[in-house]
Amino acid sequence: MLTIADKVFNSRLFTGTGKFSSAEIMEQALLVSGSELVTVALKRVDLKDQEDDILSHLNYPQFNLLPNTSGVRNAKEAVFAAQMAREALETNWIKLEIHPDPKYLMPDPIETLKATEELAKLGFIVLPYIHADPVLCKHLEDAGTAAVMPLGSPIGSNKGLKTIDFLEIIISQSNVPVIVDAGIGAPSDAAKAMEIGADAVLVNTAIAVSRDPVKMAEAFKIAVIAGRMAFEAKLGSINSSAVSSSPLTSFLDD
Amino acid sequence: MTDNFTALFNTYSWEQIKQSIYEKTSYDVERALGNSNRTLEDFKALISPAAAPYLEQMAQLSRLATLKRFGKVMQLYVPLYLSNECNNICTYCGFSLDNKVRRKTLSPMEIMQEVAVLKEMGYEHVLLVTGEANQTVHTEYFKRVLELLRPHFALISMEVQPLDTEDYEVLIPLGLNTVLVYQETYHREDYKKHHPKGKKSNFEYRLETPDRLGKAGVHKMGLGVLIGLEDWRTDSFFTALHLEYLEKKYWKTKYSLSFPRLRPFSGGLAPKVEMSDRELVQLICAYRLLNEEVELSISTRESVVFRDHVIGLGITSMSAGSKTNPGGYAVEPESLEQFEICDERTPEEIKEMLKEKGYEAVWKDWDRLLQ
Ligand code: SF4
Repeated sequence: MLTIADKVFNSRLFTGTGKFSSAEIMEQALLVSGSELVTVALKRVDLKDQEDDILSHLNYPQFNLLPNTSGVRNAKEAVFAAQMAREALETNWIKLEIHPDPKYLMPDPIETLKATEELAKLGFIVLPYIHADPVLCKHLEDAGTAAVMPLGSPIGSNKGLKTIDFLEIIISQSNVPVIVDAGIGAPSDAAKAMEIGADAVLVNTAIAVSRDPVKMAEAFKIAVIAGRMAFEAKLGSINSSAVSSSPLTSFLDD
Repeated sequence: MTDNFTALFNTYSWEQIKQSIYEKTSYDVERALGNSNRTLEDFKALISPAAAPYLEQMAQLSRLATLKRFGKVMQLYVPLYLSNECNNICTYCGFSLDNKVRRKTLSPMEIMQEVAVLKEMGYEHVLLVTGEANQTVHTEYFKRVLELLRPHFALISMEVQPLDTEDYEVLIPLGLNTVLVYQETYHREDYKKHHPKGKKSNFEYRLETPDRLGKAGVHKMGLGVLIGLEDWRTDSFFTALHLEYLEKKYWKTKYSLSFPRLRPFSGGLAPKVEMSDRELVQLICAYRLLNEEVELSISTRESVVFRDHVIGLGITSMSAGSKTNPGGYAVEPESLEQFEICDERTPEEIKEMLKEKGYEAVWKDWDRLLQ
């Protein structure tokens, strides 16, 4: 089981709500996925409307809503957006996304760190979307982040874990949960992320744009469980035998 | 995340850890050798008796990992004993309060006489050592010493009594770069037995010293246990656990490990646990296989043959030409030493030996301008 801040999650698959062909399909897929944390883009929902199409399809006790700040370009806008979300959705959880660049949606590390510091002080549970940057992760920890969400590859690209070497470093030295976000394109990517020790993965596009999102949601559910089991069972070692030059320990026999 | 190591430490049982180390099998050792990212469980296997037949393989891997990260260089440092006054009773130490010998604390002038000799030897890295006599050797004294020494050395380390965070915060800007503080043993009850009197008998205060150093923002800290007091395998596991905790928490700090074996001294106590040369090699390699970044240091307590051979195995820093008594270099060569040294070669001889082995002796690896 995974704990973030004080909340316990049975499922390590987090999901997003964008790009589905209809709210009904989204609802079915997310229900099948077993996911208990679902991100919603503030810019896409009508916070004042209880009948909002997306929100009304997420009205299940197992879904914890995680509003994201997608669309903001700096820390100031992010803090403002988070406060709006807290009021409207009655949650102090926030997925911090600051990408001033509209083409690749690359997260801005400097503004993200600033916003994390401020939001943590304001009592938010902050989950920042970031580049797979190990040093930034440590700074975010010091700033009071509840988890880190490094990208596997560019958002929406389905390219998988291009940043795996850095993800491994982040995982090995993190004191907060590591959730691999962005780029996961196939269940095998999700399984791999879990095998190397990620605490959870966040998947959206790969489910939403597949031909059968409901089936794909189930595939991800199984892959995440399998990957986690493999991590816990400890993978067998890949044998690298030592190069033997002259013996180094024979002096001990003299 | 908890605020200090004690909270994590208290979740472990010495006996259970010890048992799990001794239960490791050759299967566990082979797994640990094959893994690329090794865990504390792997470390347990590598320090276990089951790893003994794999020593050569461990040495080969340790050598490769060390060369990859550090290259063929060896950092050299020298201890400067400032005082042998001590209010503590430690059953294994020549400076212990109950050891009736003449006590000495170097005056500023005497310190400078010692410094002249060390500079002559070529040193840029000095390790200041004292006993624990809080009324004479205190933060104010250290402040004066640092002001005195700073112009003469590029890097100043310290191995003195544990201090409060605020004391470290005062000393670091004055040029204190590295602090060594050994837990001696992580066995709580035995720790009490070996430290019956004085401030040092407070196990937790010592255990939390690295946390206080981390909070104060020290550049580097050194950990270790005194080998001989308790089961070295279990003690080393806790050292590794401590290191892992600190690295994650105080991530801007560098770390080094030492493995002092109990040495004879005046009034001495025989080690409860003997560690063979073979076992010490095993431990050095196990640390390296667990952690490729940590600096591993070996002192002149060890023999010439041993030191010469472990250079290629994982060690990255060593002392040379050491005296372990205050004034030992110039002022009062015959004063009481803390322990006998074994490798008596001069720094120049060590440099030559390193050269023959294809290694470069590094005297300066830091500049006070950076601090
Ligand atoms: S080990 Fe340190 S504290 Fe203990 S007697 Fe020796 S100098 Fe004093």
